[in-house]
Amino acid sequence: MTRLLPHPILTPALTGVWLLLNNTIEPGHIVLGLFLGWMIPILTIRFWPETVRIRRPFVLLRFMGVLLFDIIVANFVVARLILGNPNRLQPTFVQLPLDLTSDLAIGLLANSITLTPGTLSAKLSEDRKFLLVHALNETDTKAMVATIKARYERPLKEVFEAC
Amino acid sequence: MLEYFLSFLILTGAIFTLIGSLGLIRLKDLYTRLHGPTKATTLGVGSLLIASAIFFSTRDAGISLHEILITLFLFITAPVSAHMLAKAALHLNLKSLAKMPEDPVEEEQMQAVEEKTPMQNHIETPKTENPEPETKPEFTTQPTSPNTPTPNKTL
Repeated sequence: MTRLLPHPILTPALTGVWLLLNNTIEPGHIVLGLFLGWMIPILTIRFWPETVRIRRPFVLLRFMGVLLFDIIVANFVVARLILGNPNRLQPTFVQLPLDLTSDLAIGLLANSITLTPGTLSAKLSEDRKFLLVHALNETDTKAMVATIKARYERPLKEVFEAC
Repeated sequence: MLEYFLSFLILTGAIFTLIGSLGLIRLKDLYTRLHGPTKATTLGVGSLLIASAIFFSTRDAGISLHEILITLFLFITAPVSAHMLAKAALHLNLKSLAKMPEDPVEEEQMQAVEEKTPMQNHIETPKTENPEPETKPEFTTQPTSPNTPTPNKTL
């Protein structure tokens, strides 16, 4: 099972990407997509050492909804900051302590931080305990860390790591 | 009706993309400049692509969903490139408006690679908590004041 189908999530994802690339839902392309989705994970297994398991799909869906909403808000916030007086900005660096341990979850968290209001992930520390975050205009760093941990880190931890 | 909606989406996209690019000119250091292209453009390109998907789905027979893939790849790659740029900038110790983060491990590495220059490229951040418009005159000239310490390296 694990040898024939090393990444059960990657197969439907790749099939979906293949169908979107070809912009079709013809049966022939579905079969070809499934074949590619089955072959590519087997050929690239060495790039994916850890198995990905989604424990709570609904939490993941809600997280994606929250993220999409925050991305839209972030655009307006950053647009206002850019059009405002740039000399009034108070950029800061914040070390965000991480509870996550798996590579995928940390990567997704860093991505989410960059996509959301006024924050940018800059560097992961060597021991993977801290993520350096650059905030465009932030005075209350403690509140910012608390928001990030509650809003993004906790759902990711629930989905990708056992609690 | 649909045309008005699509025009609205395209205009929104264009405006946000423009604002993101403006950020590159208006903001003062590399780290803050990274915020413009990574964020303001995601909604910009996003709404352009939604407009494209709706237009081609309604004009031709089949539905057109390529655009979802472009959005997906953009959302994955934009933060990664921004992360790499920020990391490279930290490594080179570029000028920053924010106080540089203290990281003992990193400093040790820097010492080993090149001779250590004292980290004095901080700019005093104003103590005012609320960036209200009333307090604006207090620190508008702060970052460009003549007694700003010169950074180690500049762009």
